Amino acid sequence: MKPAEFYMRDRSLHPPAHHPGYKTSVPRSPRNALLTLQQTVSEITGPTFGHSDIGALDNDLTLNFNHGGLPVGERIILQGRVLDENNRPVPNTLVEIWQANASGRYRHKKDAYLGALDPNFGGCGRTLTDANGHYAFRTIKPGPYPWLNYVNSWRPAHIHVSVFGTSFSQRLITQLYFEGDPLIPKCPIVQTIPDPQAVQQLIAVLDLNSAVPMDCLAYKFDIVLRGRRSTLFENRLEGN
Amino acid sequence: MQSLPYLRESASQTAGPYVHIGLAPGAAGFHTFETELGQTLAPAGVPGERVTIEGQVFDGLGAPIKDVLIEVWQADANGIYPHPEDPRMADCAPGFRGWGRVISDFDTGLFKFETIKPGPVPSRAGRMQAPHLNLWLVSRGINIGLNTRMYFPEDAAAHAADPVLGSIEQRARVATLIATATGPSTYRFDIRLQGDGETVFIDV
Ligand SMILES: [Fe+3]
Repeated sequence: MKPAEFYMRDRSLHPPAHHPGYKTSVPRSPRNALLTLQQTVSEITGPTFGHSDIGALDNDLTLNFNHGGLPVGERIILQGRVLDENNRPVPNTLVEIWQANASGRYRHKKDAYLGALDPNFGGCGRTLTDANGHYAFRTIKPGPYPWLNYVNSWRPAHIHVSVFGTSFSQRLITQLYFEGDPLIPKCPIVQTIPDPQAVQQLIAVLDLNSAVPMDCLAYKFDIVLRGRRSTLFENRLEGN
Repeated sequence: MQSLPYLRESASQTAGPYVHIGLAPGAAGFHTFETELGQTLAPAGVPGERVTIEGQVFDGLGAPIKDVLIEVWQADANGIYPHPEDPRMADCAPGFRGWGRVISDFDTGLFKFETIKPGPVPSRAGRMQAPHLNLWLVSRGINIGLNTRMYFPEDAAAHAADPVLGSIEQRARVATLIATATGPSTYRFDIRLQGDGETVFIDV
């Protein structure tokens, strides 16, 4: 069977562009309906990456910004699989992450939060999934941080995750949260997601079996990208 | 009733204000990786007309967005994507990845990038699509990445036959996907997220 288009995106689980509770989305959200497009070669293709793009320490955030010591904070392994909606692994795809340090401070020109910078923590990592769609990072559990949305809004501890898949129409950026964090249900950005089950799917779960004794804890986080149709029947290319 | 075996896509969340740390760390102000990905769309030596594109992304109040990140995906000068799903991939220009990342200036919101002009690519019906760049925008305040396309102003005849431009019902909005020539091989392409002249965004 020859794979065809990707399944239509289920917009009922994704945040709408305009969500008044997340104030910045108000002026940054299109108000017209999106143009419906039947996928062409422009949409079913996308960039590919290889091992030459990735350095040996790129997936170890405890070591990739080493300035003479280890970063402060709870050492964790973050691992899981990239799958598609057909429950098939997505191999050789680029996964990139970025995050605040244990104080909730980002290493970014524009972050002025009073949480301390960590001289040994940069906060970005990247890796390729293996043949089974598996990926792993070693990092520090980020701290929560305040932001001006309402006057007392706090982000739960989170890691930003960017994934490619095999086509440009699967491109996804999301955020990973941590099991048991009481800030999750209070966060205006989490609340942009209309579907409670979809929120649960973004919460990484403690995985003691994957922890390294006397070294670091582990969390499991699977990422699901759009799946694609494969059909015995030819498409009616001419449309209606 | 039986259940279906499908998983559900992970929900999108905004890239936030610090997207550069992960995707363009040099711009965030530090250096971790040996190579930063997506810096060059078309390396020197890739055949085709070299073009420069600049513009700004505006919010609904007309203010430029200074923390946007745009990814570009495009075919080579012969309209071939460097991807196994393109049946002509074997003939794609060597060294051409077709993909790059563009960020706006933190002070002005201006973005600028250089690439080669793509060739026309086939559509589903075997008609040709006019040369275009596929764009994907993320930033703080954008809850799910926005897809759009940029077309080139000199291809008016091809635009008339392009199935995607042809599917835009409000004809006045077609112009939002077509760049303006500002000099030889130099273009301006502004993107408006909302309000007057709101860019056409695409549910890919
Ligand atoms: Fe964040």
